[in-house]
Amino acid sequence: MTTQLPDAEATLVALAERMRGAVAYEAAFVGIYSGGAWLAERLPALVPGDHPVGFIDVSFYRDDYATAGLKGGSRRTSLPFNVDGATIVLVDDVLFTGRSVRAAINELFDFGRPARIELAVLIDRGGRELPIEPTYCGARLTVAQDLSIVLSRDDDRLKLDVQKA
Amino acid sequence: MRNPQLNANGALTHLLTLEGLPADVIRNILDTADPFVSIGEREVKKVPLLRGKAVFNLFFENSTRTRTTFEIAAKRLSADVINLNIGASSTSKGETLLDTIDNLVAMDADIFVVRHSQSGAPHLIAQHLCGQGRSHVHVVNAGDGRHAHPTQGLLDLYTIRHYKKDFHNLTVAIVGDVLHSRVARSLIHGLTTLGTPEVRVIGTRTLMPSHVEAMGVRVFTDMREGLRGCDVVVMLRLQSERMKGALLPSAGEFFKNYGLTQDKLALAKPDAIVMHPGPMNRGVEIDSPVADGERAVILPQVTFGIAVRMAVMSMIASAA
Amino acid sequence: MKLEIAHGRIVDPASGVDREGAIYLADGVIAGVDARPSGWHATRVIDARGLVVAPGLVDVSARLREPGLEYKATLESEVSAAIAGGVTSLACPPDTDPPLDEPGLVEMLKHRARSLNQARVYPVGALTVGLAGQSLTEMAELTEAGCVAFSQADIPLVDTDLLWRAMQYAATFGFPLWLRATDPHIGRNGIAHDGEIATRLGLAGIPVIAETIALSTIIALVRDTGVRVHVCRISSAESVALVRAAKREGLPLSCDVAIHHLHLSDVDIGWFDPNARLIPPLRSTRDRAALRAGVADGTIDVVCSDHAPVDDDDKQVPFGEAAPGATGLELLLPLTLKWASEEGVPLANALARITSAPARVMGVQAGTLASGAPADVCIFDPNAWWKVERSALRSQGKNTPFLGLEVPGRVRCTIVAGQVVHESSP
Repeated sequence: MTTQLPDAEATLVALAERMRGAVAYEAAFVGIYSGGAWLAERLPALVPGDHPVGFIDVSFYRDDYATAGLKGGSRRTSLPFNVDGATIVLVDDVLFTGRSVRAAINELFDFGRPARIELAVLIDRGGRELPIEPTYCGARLTVAQDLSIVLSRDDDRLKLDVQKA
Repeated sequence: MRNPQLNANGALTHLLTLEGLPADVIRNILDTADPFVSIGEREVKKVPLLRGKAVFNLFFENSTRTRTTFEIAAKRLSADVINLNIGASSTSKGETLLDTIDNLVAMDADIFVVRHSQSGAPHLIAQHLCGQGRSHVHVVNAGDGRHAHPTQGLLDLYTIRHYKKDFHNLTVAIVGDVLHSRVARSLIHGLTTLGTPEVRVIGTRTLMPSHVEAMGVRVFTDMREGLRGCDVVVMLRLQSERMKGALLPSAGEFFKNYGLTQDKLALAKPDAIVMHPGPMNRGVEIDSPVADGERAVILPQVTFGIAVRMAVMSMIASAA
Repeated sequence: MKLEIAHGRIVDPASGVDREGAIYLADGVIAGVDARPSGWHATRVIDARGLVVAPGLVDVSARLREPGLEYKATLESEVSAAIAGGVTSLACPPDTDPPLDEPGLVEMLKHRARSLNQARVYPVGALTVGLAGQSLTEMAELTEAGCVAFSQADIPLVDTDLLWRAMQYAATFGFPLWLRATDPHIGRNGIAHDGEIATRLGLAGIPVIAETIALSTIIALVRDTGVRVHVCRISSAESVALVRAAKREGLPLSCDVAIHHLHLSDVDIGWFDPNARLIPPLRSTRDRAALRAGVADGTIDVVCSDHAPVDDDDKQVPFGEAAPGATGLELLLPLTLKWASEEGVPLANALARITSAPARVMGVQAGTLASGAPADVCIFDPNAWWKVERSALRSQGKNTPFLGLEVPGRVRCTIVAGQVVHESSP
């Protein structure tokens, strides 16, 4: 069964459209590795304002690391702004169960006390296991449980694919 | 005999020695340690990885330094830490080692960090736990006799990789009491496994283990010869007990021939780094100008040591 | 009791017999080999078809742990282990508690063993009082009480002048000395062979020179005093060479090797297996090869079990803290057979090392099936393999590096003084 996936670049534009005018002028964009990080890098050009960009690695805060095992890789959490009192937009590529976002929120609070956290996602595929909803969403779609939606980057072009989970 | 450190799926479940660990397992540990370094630079130096887990520091041989770094590492992973300083004498009078372990397992220990004066003690514990089918309890060797100090070996490898990037074109010299050194043995295994082409050991014949060449090293008794062209110089600690008895006549004579001074260091490469597992005996194995000089990376070793121990504990605790 | 053992392959190294036939036992002695005594009516006939009928095995070193060390083992359990292994005569070292340095203790031990009516126990007396290495024991009195030789067990003698005088004294009476070749100082804190394995495992080493220096000293003193010396448990290639040269010179020297050293090397320490902690230590594969060749060519006269039962509490500890020693009475035969088949040594030659040769060293009438000899027989199945497991061992010591391995040679029947003391069915 081939699922009709939207074009990633077009969806990014749609997401940015929804953020424009709604997002705080000085909101920081913090992307969750790796798909969210790519998106967070692209957003300042598409959303007017003074938006510092940070990246967050949630490996150490996930609740499933015991079964998934620790993945190596030197993706360090980097937040080049003062977290205390900040307005932060967490950026992720695909919102599914909500666990990565939960982990990212917990990690942000280990860095300080943000004034406000919002969530921007490229794709919301439903299937939530936690009460977490995106503030800004590029597109909504449904796929079978055993499939996963993956964002990839080829040079500078973003691309969406469906893979077996 | 299957490597007791790896479980049936090839995942690291205990860390007992670097000997026999596949290169990619070692590299995996070093890679996992990377992000942990930055946690030490944060305001809140904690991640919840080992929350709810109990780490028991079982030190049968005293060591405030090593025990403290393991404690810090475990606490940064949000684990509960219990310190047990059991002098060697109390075990011989009372409980056997394995009885002590059984009791602590009954208290829901998840990780044992063990330092013991007898080579092979952590292996005995790991085999005992395996025999009882307790696959959720893990052992980290914090130093056993003169056999191994794998976390020290790993942090030394991490340090070398940090400054020198690639092991494949390095000349590394290890200087001092190799005979009694578990630090030296672990580092030699780690370096040879990661493909270091030339590993040298430098010291008197009385301080060299027999057949040490079989471990893949070149032996030098002349320190100047041995330091020539080195990229990394690792100085080992010389314990004062070695000066009594027949191994060495005096600290002075040792320092003259095997102590690291500026002029001896000049024989190594101009960008060579100087390492030491600590604590240092200034004026015995190393002089102050070198220890405090710009080529010494001894303090970074300590920082990396915490990150490496965090990596090891989180990896073994999550072994699937 | 008139016992007939029929249809077995009789192998008697002492007399050179190796053929199928029957032997006849009566009144505690061998009444005939392949020659039925006149008027013979067997009380019992043992069918030994497919089995080897050999002299009861003779073991020059088996610790029975009595007196004094009963928590490790007792006479009952260890002698039971001996006969289960086909051993009908054994010598026990003097390192009991107290050591066997007084005739009274020797007599008591012999009496205890006799009352069990199983294997014959020959005590080896202490060379010095308390094994302390300072003053000589009453060797003549001890010999009268039943000691077959004198030794210091595992304790090296520091005082070479004392050793020299002890040899002169023993030579006066013709008493043999059984000595280990161990330097008292070099390697004194060692726990493993000083080689690659000890270096890797971080174990304090015992270099070969600790053995060869002491052996050279013993040889020089034998040359000077003419005393008969049996060197116990040689472990290195260099020692084999020294013994070979001493024998060529005609010196009254004999030696033995523990069966473990014919099979294992320091590699078998593996990940610090305390069952591989032995004295002398397991040495390199090169040393093992030389020991195997030494037994094959007769340089090494005797193979023994060096039986040393150790309880679990003293073995399930870190390697360096483990009590050294392995249980071996029940493995002497299978491991000798295994070595023989691996090296292509004929059965009779191999059996000589554990029957006639040790009997000669001990100076006792044993290890032979000649007519008139004591009726001590070991009937075994050389083709029956069995697994070395705790439950399979009768000794209280389950400490063996061969645990879990399969070995060839099952004792079916052990006879001492014409009585069946042990039997097992296939």
